[in-house]
Amino acid sequence: MNSRNGDGANDVRVIDEIAAGLADRPGALMLVLHAVNDRLGYIPPEAVPAIASALNLSRAEVHGVVSFYHDFHTERRGRKIIRVCRAESCQAMGAVALAKHIQARLGIDFGQTSANGDFTLEPVYCLGNCACSPAIIVGDDLYGRVNPDRFDEIFSEITSPGPTR
Amino acid sequence: MTAVVYVPRDSSAVSLGADAVAEAIRNEAASRGRDVKIVRNGSRGMFSLEPMVEVATSGGRIAYGPVAAREVATLFDSNFLDGGPHRLRLGVADEIPWLKSQTRLTFARAGVTDPVSLDDFIAHGGYRGLGRAVEIGADAVIAEVKNSGLRGRGGAGFPTGIKWKTAADAPAMPKYVVCNADEGDSGTFSDRMIMEGDPFVLIEGMTIGALAVGATQGYIYLRSEYPHARRALSEAIATAYSNGYLGANVLGTGKRFELEIRLGAGAYICGEETAMLESLEGRRGMVRFKPPIPALEGLFGKPTLINNVMSFATVPIIVERGAEFFRDYGAGNSRGTIPFQLAGNSKRPGLIETAMGVTLRKIVEDYGDGTASGKPIRAIQVGGPLGAYFTDAMLDTPLDFESVAARGGILGHGGIVVFDDTVDMARMARYAMEFCAIESCGKCTPCRIGSTRGTEVLDDIVNRRRPRENLEVLRDLCDTMKFGSLCALGGLTPPPVLSALKYFPQDFGLTPQDVAFIGDDLTISTSGAVSTHAIAGR
Repeated sequence: MNSRNGDGANDVRVIDEIAAGLADRPGALMLVLHAVNDRLGYIPPEAVPAIASALNLSRAEVHGVVSFYHDFHTERRGRKIIRVCRAESCQAMGAVALAKHIQARLGIDFGQTSANGDFTLEPVYCLGNCACSPAIIVGDDLYGRVNPDRFDEIFSEITSPGPTR
Repeated sequence: MTAVVYVPRDSSAVSLGADAVAEAIRNEAASRGRDVKIVRNGSRGMFSLEPMVEVATSGGRIAYGPVAAREVATLFDSNFLDGGPHRLRLGVADEIPWLKSQTRLTFARAGVTDPVSLDDFIAHGGYRGLGRAVEIGADAVIAEVKNSGLRGRGGAGFPTGIKWKTAADAPAMPKYVVCNADEGDSGTFSDRMIMEGDPFVLIEGMTIGALAVGATQGYIYLRSEYPHARRALSEAIATAYSNGYLGANVLGTGKRFELEIRLGAGAYICGEETAMLESLEGRRGMVRFKPPIPALEGLFGKPTLINNVMSFATVPIIVERGAEFFRDYGAGNSRGTIPFQLAGNSKRPGLIETAMGVTLRKIVEDYGDGTASGKPIRAIQVGGPLGAYFTDAMLDTPLDFESVAARGGILGHGGIVVFDDTVDMARMARYAMEFCAIESCGKCTPCRIGSTRGTEVLDDIVNRRRPRENLEVLRDLCDTMKFGSLCALGGLTPPPVLSALKYFPQDFGLTPQDVAFIGDDLTISTSGAVSTHAIAGR
């Protein structure tokens, strides 16, 4: 179940369930945060006290971990996450120009979500697709040798109605 | 008769359309009434030819590539299921010179087998290393690893056998085995390829390690950017469990070894081993002070054997064939083979496993065939984001730990990124500082503050704001970061910056005399003022 559009009370129930199910695992906090992030798409503010209490940690400890990792987000993001590699290998193949093109195409900057909530654009530092640079990843779908034209093709593919690839 | 067709499931191949090719082959076969079995193998690492499709014939596996889904019908028209002629026909896969000239020890099975088939793994020599390990016992296994000369493939190059001996001799229990699969260096993908293309070999290597040091629990700390690797590994781990290769009684030895994947969360610093341990314990990925070393006090304060994916994946063949077999390859104190990863602006990028000591030229020119853009090579970064930039005049440098270190660089995880003559090296130097600022864990000041200050100072130099004074600040800053940082992130951010300055001063608006304080091995002379007569003269 994805409660992305669900209510806060439901979110807290989901979080409590996740935390209770993982509390006994060694180093549980990372597991809990990943699970919450996966289920809700972000770590809502009410998650911090709920997780802290379930794992017997302070709120500060939980907040500290959430804020440390690039993957954990404290705000709702778009329905599709487009991540563009900005590391050296992709730069050597035109990633800087590609990033500019994508920003213009989506009308948003890195770290922003489009007004209709469809897309969030994020930087990523290496997808391990360096032999096929430049690389982007949309959700879990990886694309290689992406130039501006190919991005436009990918973009129309992912925005067209019907089954995703 | 069923024709067997191989289409890689490797994520790079998939990123170029391999899934669509597999789908097209399935559909085309169905509509033509041909009985085809599609095996989703790993990649052989020739990415200029991916998606590369192979067909099993009596004359060997015939390769076709790069195949686009829309061309699949023409392959059928050419009777490719029997190895028929076609514009994309490459001949017998094993005979392709790019591949044949390599020495594939760690990557022997990658691209050959079905990665998640235990039967295929065993049929191609898998689990022989573990079999011998059980036979000869822990001490002999550690001796083999030590005598093989294997040095950590993660980046630091520490002798693997010494780590194993230290963890084995540690008295505390329980012990852990942790695989560092947080392959964050740009230009590297060998860990990803082995996890996607031959995941059982990693499981086998970790199991050998666990039996050797007496560990009962293992973790693979996998970066979250690798969803395909996660799927292949998870499948392989589940299969290993259900067949008695993992669990309470490994291969009937009575020894327990549990193995679990833990995901990172997008922090480059968690590839540093102590930050990785913090993250595994559920905390911020902050670097720990050493000592104590993790082999004695690591995960949850217990003895922990930490190795990179490549190191673990190389252990099975060393234990199976013996230390000498591996040690016979290589140069000087850099023994064995290493999988280089050629990336960036290269015409034929990919995975090149070869004996240590091969020249940079061989990799970049012979295998890589120059740049993808067709323009001249201007710079080559060796060893990831913390590695030095090389010029085309340095192409004869042998790629072994010592020779690269003599140039002030690191071999790192074996990544080699090529840039053509459009690159702005001042921009790359700034990026090195910027990356360090983004990824710093923040524990030590030289890295946390120095990196941000570094971007500012580089901006000032490039924009001609008091360049003389700022070059001096940069020199001192690099010196401070090099010697004052807690780990390699801050400590090795200077080499890409200093090498860019030394070899490409014109990109910064400087002259070679201005950067004369940087030695051939990138040591920094901090005595006296920076010689900036050219700047001062302006």
